Amino acid sequence: MGYETVIGLEVHVELKTKTKIFCGCSTNFGDPPNTNVCPVCLGHPGTLPVLNRQAVELALKAATALNCQINQDCKFDRKNYFYPDLPKGYQISQYDQPIGEHGYVEIEVDGRRKRIGITRVHLEEDAGKSMHGEDGRHSLIDYNRTGVPLIEIVSEPDIRSPEEARLYLEAIKSIMQYCDISDCRMEEGSLRCDANISLRPEGSTEFGEKTELKNMNSFRNVQRGLEFEVQRQTQLLEQGQAVTQETRRFDEATQTTVSMRSKEEAHDYRYFPEPDLLFVHIDDAWLDRVRAELPELPAQRRARFEQELGLPAYDAGVLTAERAVADYYESVVAAGSDAKTASNWVMGDLLGYLNAQGLTVEASPVRPEQLAGLIAQVDKGTISIKQARDVFKLMCESGKDAEVIIKEQGMEQISDEAVLVPIVEEVIANNPKSVEDYRAGKQKALGALVGQTMKATKGKANPAVVNKLILERIGG
Amino acid sequence: MKISEETVRHVAALARLSLSDEEVAHLAPQLSEIIGYAEQLQQLNLDDVAPTSHSLARTNVFREDEPWPGLARDVALACAPDSTDEYVRVPAVLEG
Amino acid sequence: MSVHTVKEILASLRRKESKPSEWTETALRMIEQHDPTIGAFLTVDGERALERARRLDGEAFDGALFGVPYALKDNICTRNLKTTAASRILESYIPPYDATVAQRLAATQGVLLGKTNLDEFAMGSSTENSAFQLTRNPYDVKRVPGGSSGGSAAAVAAGMVPFALGSDTGGSIRQPASFCGVVGLKPTYGRVSRYGLIAFASSLDQIGPFTRSVEDAAFVLQAISGHDERDSTSAPQDVPDFVRGLEGGVKGLRIGLVTGLDEHGVDAEVQAAVGKAVQTLQDAGAEVVEVHLPHLRYAVATYYLIAPAEASSNLARYDGVRYGRRAAGQSLAEMYENTRSEGFGMEVKRRIMIGTYALSSGYYDAYYRRAQQVRTRIREDFEQAFKRCDVIVMPTTPTTAFPLGEKVDNPLQMYLNDIFTIPANLAGLPALSVPCGVSSEGLPIGLQLLAHWWDEATLLRVGHTYEQARGFAMPLPRMGA
Repeated sequence: MGYETVIGLEVHVELKTKTKIFCGCSTNFGDPPNTNVCPVCLGHPGTLPVLNRQAVELALKAATALNCQINQDCKFDRKNYFYPDLPKGYQISQYDQPIGEHGYVEIEVDGRRKRIGITRVHLEEDAGKSMHGEDGRHSLIDYNRTGVPLIEIVSEPDIRSPEEARLYLEAIKSIMQYCDISDCRMEEGSLRCDANISLRPEGSTEFGEKTELKNMNSFRNVQRGLEFEVQRQTQLLEQGQAVTQETRRFDEATQTTVSMRSKEEAHDYRYFPEPDLLFVHIDDAWLDRVRAELPELPAQRRARFEQELGLPAYDAGVLTAERAVADYYESVVAAGSDAKTASNWVMGDLLGYLNAQGLTVEASPVRPEQLAGLIAQVDKGTISIKQARDVFKLMCESGKDAEVIIKEQGMEQISDEAVLVPIVEEVIANNPKSVEDYRAGKQKALGALVGQTMKATKGKANPAVVNKLILERIGG
Repeated sequence: MKISEETVRHVAALARLSLSDEEVAHLAPQLSEIIGYAEQLQQLNLDDVAPTSHSLARTNVFREDEPWPGLARDVALACAPDSTDEYVRVPAVLEG
Repeated sequence: MSVHTVKEILASLRRKESKPSEWTETALRMIEQHDPTIGAFLTVDGERALERARRLDGEAFDGALFGVPYALKDNICTRNLKTTAASRILESYIPPYDATVAQRLAATQGVLLGKTNLDEFAMGSSTENSAFQLTRNPYDVKRVPGGSSGGSAAAVAAGMVPFALGSDTGGSIRQPASFCGVVGLKPTYGRVSRYGLIAFASSLDQIGPFTRSVEDAAFVLQAISGHDERDSTSAPQDVPDFVRGLEGGVKGLRIGLVTGLDEHGVDAEVQAAVGKAVQTLQDAGAEVVEVHLPHLRYAVATYYLIAPAEASSNLARYDGVRYGRRAAGQSLAEMYENTRSEGFGMEVKRRIMIGTYALSSGYYDAYYRRAQQVRTRIREDFEQAFKRCDVIVMPTTPTTAFPLGEKVDNPLQMYLNDIFTIPANLAGLPALSVPCGVSSEGLPIGLQLLAHWWDEATLLRVGHTYEQARGFAMPLPRMGA
């Protein structure tokens, strides 16, 4: 019997604000422990939260970009539970009136568009970090992260494979980055993902027993963790065993999931409206402004690249995944390059170089206009494609313009027929055998003649022009 | 509403209070009495009555996203019953 | 003993007939003399107070409370000065920051003398729930001073300080003011910043003054009022000149007399004193109308769901991790439970239990949400009532101060005592308690006045007019049995 995989994801995204959601402490990542703290985020007696306007603005932007219905009257609630990295003994979150509900994102699976529903988007505060002490008997707590604004994006159980889960995450990340809502750096914890996964017999409409999967710290690991779970649960079901509802942790070393075996207390969070914060009313003007200011989103941009620039779907997908890459690409085109040629350069040489160097596109040593300049040199026939790739490497190393490097390296191609004709005629005169062979039908002999001409010009001759001149003379 | 000793223990666990058997025995009837008294609210017809969580009707109170001075680490950690030079320290948090 | 009002002290200082240090010395002497009996103070910050006062001796009269000694209830955070909320769990807590009211009073150049006793975390009506000491009623030391701000009320009544701040969640300023024969004011919710007030029930808590006259209350309220960007619930409302507004009388004002209070067991002497006060106001030109508050009888039930629910959450932060007392424990869970069980007293535990229960899954709608709906009804009752009148009159409490120990074992009985003070908190209204007589046993009786939201000006004007017209001075307390 075949099984269908059902996955729902809960994604936490840290918002890009300067200060925490309820106090003025910095949100800077990587500062020494417990240096971005104050009485408010440490939950000292008598302190009160005051809501950061920018956090609401970003959450609203996110909910809008995720096609949510906006709750124009939203409120905050207390989620009560005890944990040492949660200073107040409750987390300020949103319960029954989250900022956004009923949204969706689109992903492309095997060339087909698929909509993944978003149940809700709500705003909340992050907790601190606990780590194990060296003695094994203590935990150490850093409160720097306490109170950093987060949104939680809860998907519908619409995801049908681990690959779809990865695609969904990539789509979310891409949207967040396009809107400048979050860095979405999974390795820094600014994007975190938990997954619910269950299997059910194909054709069934009821959900199977699910497991919750945690601790997946990269998109690849989300996919792998889920793949392992699919395999594990399939095996259990095929052996007639039941899947236990539990929380499992992805173990990177073994690439498997392990039960967290914690005493599963029934959670009772005792939500109630946060009395220290007043309601948030998002009026039409505010909502309209956010909608109007929303940048072109990845899906729209991809469609535009396909339709207006005539790019193949694959190119459009790669180029629009990251906003900065798409911006770069568009600048190259704006500087006069052919769309497909520019796409080849950006996807190939540029991203190849940046990935190898571990650089972001923002940090590229070659600016878009410079890349366009290089492409123009090829178009003009000053250098060959092959030469251009060498020039590009030199541009990356030096930051210099293509033109300068071509001059320095003496790489200008000779396309001038007046210069080339005497050389070509000399080559023909000196290689009667090759001429004869060619006329006898040996195509290869043409290559030899071109080669001789290139040699005579130290490689600077424009091969296309040389080709043409030789053929004109030996008949073709 | 009679609140059983078992309920008292469950609620105490939620609130992270450990109660002695005497305390549980003492609290069960007291809580029953107080909650029982509160049950007179059930008599009222409250359909369509919006709950009041704040006596203020204002909305949208924000601070701008500007930093303010926090606490020096040594001052923050000095308040804690146990700490290292850098961290607050607690008995080990078990996985989970 | 001779006691002075804030106004008198300021006048004397302004005329340079006295120096700030002399008033601080007098206050410290009074504390030394009477506090061993009364037990109003948990911390007396004598040396620093004298230092501050002596520094003021050499300065020009500047701030609004220049040189006036005062005390703060020990649930108001003071930087570098122990703040305990009368709880073991905060026994040695020294806040790293100042409450907004503490900052504002410091800016007026008043002199903070110390911190006063309260029911632990302000939960109680007798100050008997303090983890550290009993406070006795200066009018009869065998009786309670009321609560939870019993220490502040007793300190003012006993002449130790001319004013003190307290906090009022369900009557915790007005009830002890009534029991101790002083003026107590709970401002409109949002009038005074709560930043730095150790939270009991956030949607009900409000800070206010204890004074010896209504005029002084206006004076202190002026100093502590106003918007604070650290408290989202503090309102950017104009703060009128309360002192200037005091004169003008009550001619043409409508005083609302609440009907049907008999069912709440009001003591005959209390009823008579309040009746006489109403007559006094009528004689002064006020018109008396009857008003009806049909949901008043549900106020206690409503309050004792909402306040403990919020408290159960507000007190979750006391876990022995970042500050305060920590008990030993093998595991984290054990540490939590030991810390909280050893750190909290019985009444606090009881309220945490009620609140946790009322919020827990399956009960939220039946209890907490329902209470919030009744709260709406109570607010609407007042909206209706204030269409017919400018100020509502009630007794502050059904009885005078009760004997120490009388209600300790009967929490519900203790709670029912708050019937007349709770409604103002549920609705967020300003309310004032003014002494309106003394019982045959020599115990003070309080008249409670309630006004429309933000209308402390009218409240204080009516209170002041009554005080001027009542035709008697409150006898000084005996400080003994």
